[in-house]
Amino acid sequence: MFEISPAEWTAILLSLRVAIIATLVATPFGIALAWLLARREFWGKSVLDALVHLPLVLPPVVTGYLLLLTFGRRGLVGAWLADNLGIVFAFRWTGAALACGIMSFPLLVRPIRLSIEVVDRRLEQAAGTLGAAPWQVFATVTLPLALPGVLAGMVLGFAKAIGEFGATITFVSNIPGETQTISSAIYSLIQTPDGDAAAGRLVVVSTVIAMGALMASEWFARRATKRLHGN
Amino acid sequence: MLRVDVTKQLGEFSLEASFESQGRVTGLFGASGAGKTSLINMIAGLLRPDRGIIALDDEMLDDTSAGVHVPPHRRRIGYVFQDARLLPHLDVRQNLDYGRRMNRLAADPAQFTRITDLLDIGHLLDRRPGKLSGGERQRVALGRALLSKPRLLLLDEPLGSLDEGRKEEILPYLVRLRDEGIPMVYVSHDAAELRQLATQIVMLKRGRVTALGGVKVLT
Repeated sequence: MFEISPAEWTAILLSLRVAIIATLVATPFGIALAWLLARREFWGKSVLDALVHLPLVLPPVVTGYLLLLTFGRRGLVGAWLADNLGIVFAFRWTGAALACGIMSFPLLVRPIRLSIEVVDRRLEQAAGTLGAAPWQVFATVTLPLALPGVLAGMVLGFAKAIGEFGATITFVSNIPGETQTISSAIYSLIQTPDGDAAAGRLVVVSTVIAMGALMASEWFARRATKRLHGN
Repeated sequence: MLRVDVTKQLGEFSLEASFESQGRVTGLFGASGAGKTSLINMIAGLLRPDRGIIALDDEMLDDTSAGVHVPPHRRRIGYVFQDARLLPHLDVRQNLDYGRRMNRLAADPAQFTRITDLLDIGHLLDRRPGKLSGGERQRVALGRALLSKPRLLLLDEPLGSLDEGRKEEILPYLVRLRDEGIPMVYVSHDAAELRQLATQIVMLKRGRVTALGGVKVLT
Protein backbone atom coordinates (compact mmCIF):
# COMPACT_ATOMS: atom_id res chain seq x y z
CA MET A 1 0.00 0.00 0.00
CA PHE A 2 2.62 2.53 1.11
CA GLU A 3 5.01 1.71 -1.72
CA ILE A 4 7.08 4.73 -2.75
CA SER A 5 7.80 4.61 -6.49
CA PRO A 6 11.24 5.41 -7.97
CA ALA A 7 9.82 8.64 -9.43
CA GLU A 8 8.62 9.69 -5.98
CA TRP A 9 11.97 8.82 -4.44
CA THR A 10 13.66 11.00 -7.04
CA ALA A 11 11.50 13.96 -6.01
CA ILE A 12 12.06 13.31 -2.29
CA LEU A 13 15.85 13.00 -2.58
CA LEU A 14 16.00 16.05 -4.85
CA SER A 15 13.99 18.07 -2.34
CA LEU A 16 16.33 17.07 0.48
CA ARG A 17 19.41 17.86 -1.59
CA VAL A 18 18.05 21.23 -2.70
CA ALA A 19 16.99 22.23 0.82
CA ILE A 20 20.20 21.03 2.50
CA ILE A 21 22.50 22.73 -0.03
CA ALA A 22 20.40 25.92 0.08
CA THR A 23 20.60 26.02 3.89
CA LEU A 24 24.31 25.21 4.13
CA VAL A 25 25.30 27.77 1.51
CA ALA A 26 22.99 30.46 2.88
CA THR A 27 24.05 30.05 6.54
CA PRO A 28 27.47 31.81 6.41
CA PHE A 29 25.91 34.72 4.51
CA GLY A 30 23.01 34.71 6.97
CA ILE A 31 25.37 34.88 9.96
CA ALA A 32 27.41 37.70 8.40
CA LEU A 33 24.30 39.70 7.57
CA ALA A 34 22.69 39.03 10.94
CA TRP A 35 25.83 40.27 12.68
CA LEU A 36 25.92 43.38 10.49
CA LEU A 37 22.26 44.17 11.23
CA ALA A 38 22.60 43.41 14.95
CA ARG A 39 25.90 45.09 15.71
CA ARG A 40 26.73 47.78 13.17
CA GLU A 41 25.28 51.14 12.26
CA PHE A 42 25.84 52.15 8.65
CA TRP A 43 24.31 54.16 5.89
CA GLY A 44 21.56 52.24 4.09
CA LYS A 45 21.01 49.77 6.93
CA SER A 46 17.22 50.04 6.78
CA VAL A 47 17.29 49.48 3.03
CA LEU A 48 19.42 46.36 3.49
CA ASP A 49 17.10 45.16 6.24
CA ALA A 50 14.06 45.62 3.96
CA LEU A 51 15.86 43.89 1.09
CA VAL A 52 16.57 40.82 3.24
CA HIS A 53 12.90 40.59 4.19
CA LEU A 54 11.63 41.22 0.66
CA PRO A 55 11.16 37.53 -0.31
CA LEU A 56 8.89 37.15 2.72
CA VAL A 57 6.40 39.74 1.46
CA LEU A 58 6.76 39.58 -2.33
CA PRO A 59 4.54 37.05 -4.12
CA PRO A 60 6.85 34.02 -4.67
CA VAL A 61 6.09 34.12 -8.39
CA VAL A 62 7.55 37.64 -8.51
CA THR A 63 10.73 36.52 -6.77
CA GLY A 64 10.95 33.58 -9.18
CA TYR A 65 10.49 35.85 -12.18
CA LEU A 66 13.12 38.29 -10.88
CA LEU A 67 15.49 35.34 -10.46
CA LEU A 68 14.79 34.29 -14.02
CA LEU A 69 15.55 37.80 -15.25
CA THR A 70 18.77 38.01 -13.24
CA PHE A 71 20.10 34.46 -13.17
CA GLY A 72 18.53 33.05 -16.34
CA ARG A 73 20.70 32.19 -19.35
CA ARG A 74 20.33 35.67 -20.73
CA GLY A 75 20.07 37.40 -17.36
CA LEU A 76 22.74 39.90 -16.40
CA VAL A 77 24.33 37.74 -13.69
CA GLY A 78 23.33 34.41 -15.21
CA ALA A 79 25.04 35.05 -18.55
CA TRP A 80 28.21 36.24 -16.84
CA LEU A 81 28.34 33.21 -14.52
CA ALA A 82 27.73 30.80 -17.41
CA ASP A 83 30.38 32.40 -19.65
CA ASN A 84 33.06 32.92 -17.04
CA LEU A 85 32.60 30.25 -14.40
CA GLY A 86 30.44 27.69 -16.17
CA ILE A 87 27.79 27.92 -13.46
CA VAL A 88 24.25 27.58 -14.80
CA PHE A 89 21.15 28.05 -12.67
CA ALA A 90 18.35 28.08 -15.23
CA PHE A 91 16.32 24.84 -15.28
CA ARG A 92 18.89 23.06 -13.11
CA TRP A 93 18.61 21.76 -9.55
CA THR A 94 21.19 24.40 -8.57
CA GLY A 95 18.64 27.01 -9.63
CA ALA A 96 16.07 25.35 -7.38
CA ALA A 97 18.58 25.58 -4.53
CA LEU A 98 19.19 29.25 -5.31
CA ALA A 99 15.46 29.99 -5.33
CA CYS A 100 14.94 28.08 -2.06
CA GLY A 101 17.94 29.77 -0.45
CA ILE A 102 16.66 33.22 -1.29
CA MET A 103 13.08 32.48 -0.27
CA SER A 104 14.17 31.03 3.07
CA PHE A 105 16.83 33.69 3.75
CA PRO A 106 14.63 36.03 5.87
CA LEU A 107 13.60 33.12 8.08
CA LEU A 108 17.23 32.06 8.43
CA VAL A 109 18.54 35.53 9.30
CA ARG A 110 15.93 36.59 11.81
CA PRO A 111 16.59 34.14 14.69
CA ILE A 112 20.36 34.55 14.24
CA ARG A 113 20.06 38.32 14.40
CA LEU A 114 17.89 38.17 17.52
CA SER A 115 20.28 35.79 19.26
CA ILE A 116 23.29 37.99 18.42
CA GLU A 117 21.44 41.03 19.74
CA VAL A 118 20.99 39.41 23.15
CA VAL A 119 24.66 38.39 23.50
CA ASP A 120 25.96 40.55 26.35
CA ARG A 121 28.27 43.15 24.84
CA ARG A 122 30.04 43.48 28.16
CA LEU A 123 31.32 39.92 27.68
CA GLU A 124 32.64 40.93 24.26
CA GLN A 125 34.39 43.91 25.87
CA ALA A 126 35.91 41.66 28.51
CA ALA A 127 37.25 39.36 25.78
CA GLY A 128 38.76 42.42 24.09
CA THR A 129 40.64 43.46 27.24
CA LEU A 130 42.07 39.93 27.40
CA GLY A 131 43.66 40.43 23.99
CA ALA A 132 41.03 39.07 21.60
CA ALA A 133 40.87 40.94 18.28
CA PRO A 134 37.35 41.72 17.02
CA TRP A 135 37.21 38.64 14.77
CA GLN A 136 38.40 36.46 17.66
CA VAL A 137 35.72 37.96 19.88
CA PHE A 138 33.17 37.03 17.23
CA ALA A 139 34.46 33.48 16.82
CA THR A 140 34.98 32.67 20.50
CA VAL A 141 32.26 34.66 22.27
CA THR A 142 29.51 36.03 20.02
CA LEU A 143 29.02 33.04 17.74
CA PRO A 144 29.09 30.30 20.42
CA LEU A 145 26.66 32.27 22.58
CA ALA A 146 24.36 32.82 19.59
CA LEU A 147 24.53 29.16 18.56
CA PRO A 148 20.97 28.22 19.60
CA GLY A 149 19.69 31.02 17.35
CA VAL A 150 21.91 29.89 14.48
CA LEU A 151 20.54 26.35 14.73
CA ALA A 152 16.96 27.61 15.00
CA GLY A 153 17.50 29.78 11.91
CA MET A 154 18.98 26.86 9.97
CA VAL A 155 16.07 24.57 10.79
CA LEU A 156 13.51 27.25 9.98
CA GLY A 157 15.32 28.02 6.72
CA PHE A 158 15.49 24.34 5.86
CA ALA A 159 11.78 23.86 6.52
CA LYS A 160 10.95 26.83 4.33
CA ALA A 161 13.34 25.65 1.60
CA ILE A 162 11.92 22.14 1.44
CA GLY A 163 8.38 23.46 1.09
CA GLU A 164 9.18 26.24 -1.38
CA PHE A 165 7.03 26.10 -4.48
CA GLY A 166 6.15 29.36 -6.24
CA ALA A 167 9.58 30.88 -6.84
CA THR A 168 11.14 27.52 -7.69
CA ILE A 169 8.58 26.50 -10.31
CA THR A 170 8.68 29.98 -11.86
CA PHE A 171 12.46 30.07 -12.04
CA VAL A 172 13.44 26.50 -12.92
CA SER A 173 10.13 24.93 -13.95
CA ASN A 174 9.01 21.40 -12.99
CA ILE A 175 11.37 18.91 -14.65
CA PRO A 176 11.28 15.38 -13.15
CA GLY A 177 14.74 14.37 -11.96
CA GLU A 178 16.19 17.85 -12.29
CA THR A 179 13.97 20.47 -10.67
CA GLN A 180 10.86 18.57 -9.58
CA THR A 181 10.79 18.77 -5.79
CA ILE A 182 8.17 17.21 -3.51
CA SER A 183 6.00 20.32 -3.77
CA SER A 184 6.03 20.50 -7.55
CA ALA A 185 5.59 16.71 -7.80
CA ILE A 186 2.45 16.94 -5.63
CA TYR A 187 1.26 19.83 -7.78
CA SER A 188 1.68 17.71 -10.94
CA LEU A 189 0.12 14.62 -9.38
CA ILE A 190 -3.08 16.29 -8.21
CA GLN A 191 -3.61 17.50 -11.76
CA THR A 192 -3.31 13.93 -13.07
CA PRO A 193 -6.55 11.83 -13.04
CA ASP A 194 -5.13 8.88 -11.01
CA GLY A 195 -2.43 10.71 -9.09
CA ASP A 196 -4.23 10.89 -5.72
CA ALA A 197 -2.51 7.89 -4.08
CA ALA A 198 0.96 9.08 -5.09
CA ALA A 199 0.18 12.63 -3.99
CA GLY A 200 -1.04 11.25 -0.67
CA ARG A 201 2.24 9.39 -0.13
CA LEU A 202 4.28 12.51 -0.83
CA VAL A 203 2.09 14.50 1.57
CA VAL A 204 2.88 11.95 4.29
CA VAL A 205 6.60 12.09 3.50
CA SER A 206 6.74 15.89 3.58
CA THR A 207 4.84 15.92 6.87
CA VAL A 208 7.33 13.46 8.36
CA ILE A 209 10.29 15.57 7.17
CA ALA A 210 8.75 18.75 8.57
CA MET A 211 8.01 17.12 11.93
CA GLY A 212 11.49 15.66 12.05
CA ALA A 213 13.05 19.05 11.38
CA LEU A 214 11.02 20.72 14.11
CA MET A 215 11.85 18.04 16.66
CA ALA A 216 15.52 18.16 15.72
CA SER A 217 15.56 21.92 16.20
CA GLU A 218 13.98 21.61 19.64
CA TRP A 219 16.55 19.01 20.60
CA PHE A 220 19.47 21.07 19.27
CA ALA A 221 18.24 24.20 21.00
CA ARG A 222 17.88 22.42 24.32
CA ARG A 223 21.29 20.82 24.05
CA ALA A 224 22.95 24.07 23.01
CA THR A 225 21.35 26.01 25.85
CA LYS A 226 22.44 23.36 28.31
CA ARG A 227 26.00 23.41 27.00
CA LEU A 228 26.18 27.20 27.18
CA HIS A 229 24.98 27.49 30.73
CA GLY A 230 26.63 24.37 31.97
CA ASN A 231 23.74 23.13 34.05
CA MET B 1 54.27 54.90 34.66
CA LEU B 2 50.74 55.88 33.73
CA ARG B 3 49.96 59.34 32.40
CA VAL B 4 46.36 60.47 31.91
CA ASP B 5 45.15 63.86 30.74
CA VAL B 6 41.72 63.57 29.17
CA THR B 7 38.36 65.26 28.72
CA LYS B 8 35.15 63.46 27.85
CA GLN B 9 31.57 64.64 27.58
CA LEU B 10 29.00 61.96 28.45
CA GLY B 11 25.55 63.48 28.09
CA GLU B 12 25.24 66.07 30.86
CA PHE B 13 28.30 64.80 32.64
CA SER B 14 31.72 66.14 31.83
CA LEU B 15 34.91 64.37 32.84
CA GLU B 16 38.17 66.28 32.97
CA ALA B 17 40.94 64.36 34.63
CA SER B 18 44.67 64.68 34.69
CA PHE B 19 47.09 62.70 36.78
CA GLU B 20 50.35 60.84 36.67
CA SER B 21 51.03 57.77 38.66
CA GLN B 22 54.26 56.06 39.61
CA GLY B 23 52.77 54.02 42.39
CA ARG B 24 52.35 50.31 42.38
CA VAL B 25 48.68 50.59 43.29
CA THR B 26 46.90 53.76 42.30
CA GLY B 27 43.64 54.08 44.17
CA LEU B 28 40.95 55.89 42.22
CA PHE B 29 38.64 57.14 44.92
CA GLY B 30 35.27 58.85 44.65
CA ALA B 31 31.54 58.57 45.21
CA SER B 32 29.45 56.73 42.65
CA GLY B 33 28.85 58.97 39.66
CA ALA B 34 32.23 60.69 40.06
CA GLY B 35 33.40 59.27 36.73
CA LYS B 36 35.71 56.52 38.03
CA THR B 37 34.45 53.79 35.71
CA SER B 38 34.44 56.08 32.67
CA LEU B 39 38.02 56.98 33.47
CA ILE B 40 39.30 53.43 33.65
CA ASN B 41 37.24 52.45 30.63
CA MET B 42 39.26 55.09 28.79
CA ILE B 43 42.51 53.65 30.14
CA ALA B 44 41.37 50.21 28.93
CA GLY B 45 40.50 51.65 25.51
CA LEU B 46 36.80 50.78 25.78
CA LEU B 47 35.89 54.47 25.69
CA ARG B 48 37.61 57.09 23.56
CA PRO B 49 38.46 60.44 25.09
CA ASP B 50 37.18 63.55 23.30
CA ARG B 51 40.53 65.22 23.82
CA GLY B 52 43.78 64.39 25.52
CA ILE B 53 46.36 61.70 26.01
CA ILE B 54 46.76 58.40 27.82
CA ALA B 55 50.26 56.97 27.98
CA LEU B 56 51.67 53.87 29.63
CA ASP B 57 55.42 53.77 30.16
CA ASP B 58 56.78 55.08 26.84
CA GLU B 59 53.80 54.11 24.72
CA MET B 60 51.08 56.52 23.68
CA LEU B 61 47.75 54.65 23.95
CA ASP B 62 45.55 57.62 23.14
CA ASP B 63 46.58 60.91 21.65
CA THR B 64 43.61 62.68 20.11
CA SER B 65 45.71 65.43 18.53
CA ALA B 66 47.71 62.81 16.61
CA GLY B 67 44.72 60.56 15.97
CA VAL B 68 46.22 57.74 18.05
CA HIS B 69 43.88 55.19 19.60
CA VAL B 70 45.25 51.76 20.41
CA PRO B 71 42.31 49.31 20.50
CA PRO B 72 41.72 47.42 23.79
CA HIS B 73 43.02 44.09 22.54
CA ARG B 74 46.44 45.59 21.72
CA ARG B 75 46.91 47.47 25.00
CA ARG B 76 47.84 44.52 27.18
CA ILE B 77 45.93 46.07 30.02
CA GLY B 78 44.05 43.60 32.21
CA TYR B 79 40.61 44.54 33.50
CA VAL B 80 38.75 43.02 36.43
CA PHE B 81 35.13 44.12 36.19
CA GLN B 82 32.81 44.58 39.13
CA ASP B 83 30.55 41.87 37.67
CA ALA B 84 33.45 39.48 36.81
CA ARG B 85 32.19 38.91 33.24
CA LEU B 86 33.42 35.34 32.99
CA LEU B 87 32.54 33.69 29.69
CA PRO B 88 29.52 31.51 30.55
CA HIS B 89 30.09 28.91 27.83
CA LEU B 90 33.63 28.12 28.97
CA ASP B 91 34.68 26.36 32.15
CA VAL B 92 37.03 27.96 34.66
CA ARG B 93 40.17 26.49 33.12
CA GLN B 94 39.20 27.76 29.65
CA ASN B 95 38.36 31.17 31.09
CA LEU B 96 41.78 31.33 32.75
CA ASP B 97 43.48 30.25 29.51
CA TYR B 98 41.48 32.60 27.31
CA GLY B 99 43.87 35.55 27.33
CA ARG B 100 46.91 33.36 26.71
CA ARG B 101 45.17 31.66 23.76
CA MET B 102 44.01 34.94 22.23
CA ASN B 103 47.51 36.39 22.50
CA ARG B 104 48.98 33.16 21.09
CA LEU B 105 51.37 32.76 24.00
CA ALA B 106 52.89 29.38 24.79
CA ALA B 107 51.36 27.47 27.69
CA ASP B 108 53.08 28.25 31.00
CA PRO B 109 51.96 25.52 33.41
CA ALA B 110 54.19 26.81 36.22
CA GLN B 111 52.65 30.27 36.09
CA PHE B 112 49.17 28.76 35.75
CA THR B 113 49.67 26.69 38.89
CA ARG B 114 51.19 29.61 40.77
CA ILE B 115 48.22 31.88 40.02
CA THR B 116 45.59 29.24 40.74
CA ASP B 117 47.37 28.49 44.05
CA LEU B 118 47.67 32.17 44.88
CA LEU B 119 43.93 32.62 44.41
CA ASP B 120 42.87 29.18 45.69
CA ILE B 121 40.89 28.34 42.58
CA GLY B 122 42.66 25.09 41.65
CA HIS B 123 39.66 23.00 42.74
CA LEU B 124 37.25 24.98 40.53
CA LEU B 125 38.93 24.41 37.16
CA ASP B 126 36.31 22.09 35.66
CA ARG B 127 33.30 24.11 36.79
CA ARG B 128 31.23 26.53 34.75
CA PRO B 129 30.94 30.15 35.93
CA GLY B 130 27.21 29.56 36.56
CA LYS B 131 28.15 27.14 39.35
CA LEU B 132 30.47 29.52 41.23
CA SER B 133 29.74 31.77 44.18
CA GLY B 134 30.23 35.53 43.82
CA GLY B 135 33.59 35.43 45.60
CA GLU B 136 34.84 32.50 43.54
CA ARG B 137 33.79 34.23 40.34
CA GLN B 138 35.73 37.35 41.29
CA ARG B 139 38.84 35.32 42.11
CA VAL B 140 38.65 33.56 38.73
CA ALA B 141 38.26 36.95 37.04
CA LEU B 142 41.41 38.12 38.84
CA GLY B 143 43.29 35.01 37.74
CA ARG B 144 42.08 35.36 34.19
CA ALA B 145 43.27 38.96 33.95
CA LEU B 146 46.66 38.09 35.53
CA LEU B 147 47.25 35.14 33.21
CA SER B 148 46.84 37.33 30.14
CA LYS B 149 50.18 38.86 31.27
CA PRO B 150 49.09 42.49 31.40
CA ARG B 151 51.39 45.48 31.82
CA LEU B 152 48.79 47.17 33.99
CA LEU B 153 45.82 45.77 35.85
CA LEU B 154 42.59 47.74 36.23
CA LEU B 155 40.22 46.73 38.99
CA ASP B 156 36.77 48.32 39.04
CA GLU B 157 35.31 47.88 42.52
CA PRO B 158 36.16 44.17 42.48
CA LEU B 159 34.55 43.82 45.91
CA GLY B 160 31.55 45.98 45.03
CA SER B 161 29.11 43.19 44.33
CA LEU B 162 30.10 41.15 47.40
CA ASP B 163 28.73 41.22 50.93
CA GLU B 164 30.95 42.00 53.94
CA GLY B 165 31.93 38.39 54.60
CA ARG B 166 32.96 37.84 51.00
CA LYS B 167 34.95 41.07 50.96
CA GLU B 168 37.01 39.81 53.88
CA GLU B 169 37.54 36.62 51.88
CA ILE B 170 38.92 38.41 48.79
CA LEU B 171 40.92 41.22 50.35
CA PRO B 172 43.90 39.06 51.38
CA TYR B 173 44.19 37.83 47.79
CA LEU B 174 44.30 41.41 46.55
CA VAL B 175 47.09 42.19 49.01
CA ARG B 176 49.02 39.18 47.68
CA LEU B 177 48.37 40.44 44.17
CA ARG B 178 49.80 43.84 45.00
CA ASP B 179 52.98 42.13 46.03
CA GLU B 180 53.17 40.41 42.62
CA GLY B 181 54.52 43.66 41.25
CA ILE B 182 52.07 44.32 38.40
CA PRO B 183 51.05 47.98 38.57
CA MET B 184 47.35 48.37 39.34
CA VAL B 185 44.67 51.00 39.19
CA TYR B 186 42.13 50.17 41.86
CA VAL B 187 38.75 51.86 41.76
CA SER B 188 36.72 52.09 44.93
CA HIS B 189 34.37 54.31 46.90
CA ASP B 190 35.50 52.62 50.10
CA ALA B 191 38.30 54.52 51.86
CA ALA B 192 39.06 51.63 54.22
CA GLU B 193 39.65 49.27 51.31
CA LEU B 194 42.02 51.71 49.63
CA ARG B 195 43.95 52.34 52.84
CA GLN B 196 44.79 48.65 52.89
CA LEU B 197 45.78 48.38 49.24
CA ALA B 198 46.73 51.63 47.56
CA THR B 199 50.13 53.28 47.53
CA GLN B 200 48.86 56.44 45.84
CA ILE B 201 45.44 58.08 45.68
CA VAL B 202 43.65 59.97 42.93
CA MET B 203 40.50 61.52 44.33
CA LEU B 204 37.71 62.17 41.87
CA LYS B 205 34.65 64.34 42.46
CA ARG B 206 32.00 65.07 39.84
CA GLY B 207 34.38 64.43 36.97
CA ARG B 208 37.32 66.45 38.38
CA VAL B 209 40.47 65.37 40.21
CA THR B 210 40.26 67.08 43.60
CA ALA B 211 43.25 65.57 45.36
CA LEU B 212 46.40 63.61 44.53
CA GLY B 213 48.93 62.03 46.80
CA GLY B 214 49.62 59.34 49.35
CA VAL B 215 47.02 57.40 51.30
CA LYS B 216 46.90 60.32 53.77
CA VAL B 217 44.62 62.29 51.40
CA LEU B 218 41.83 59.89 52.25
CA THR B 219 41.44 61.34 55.71
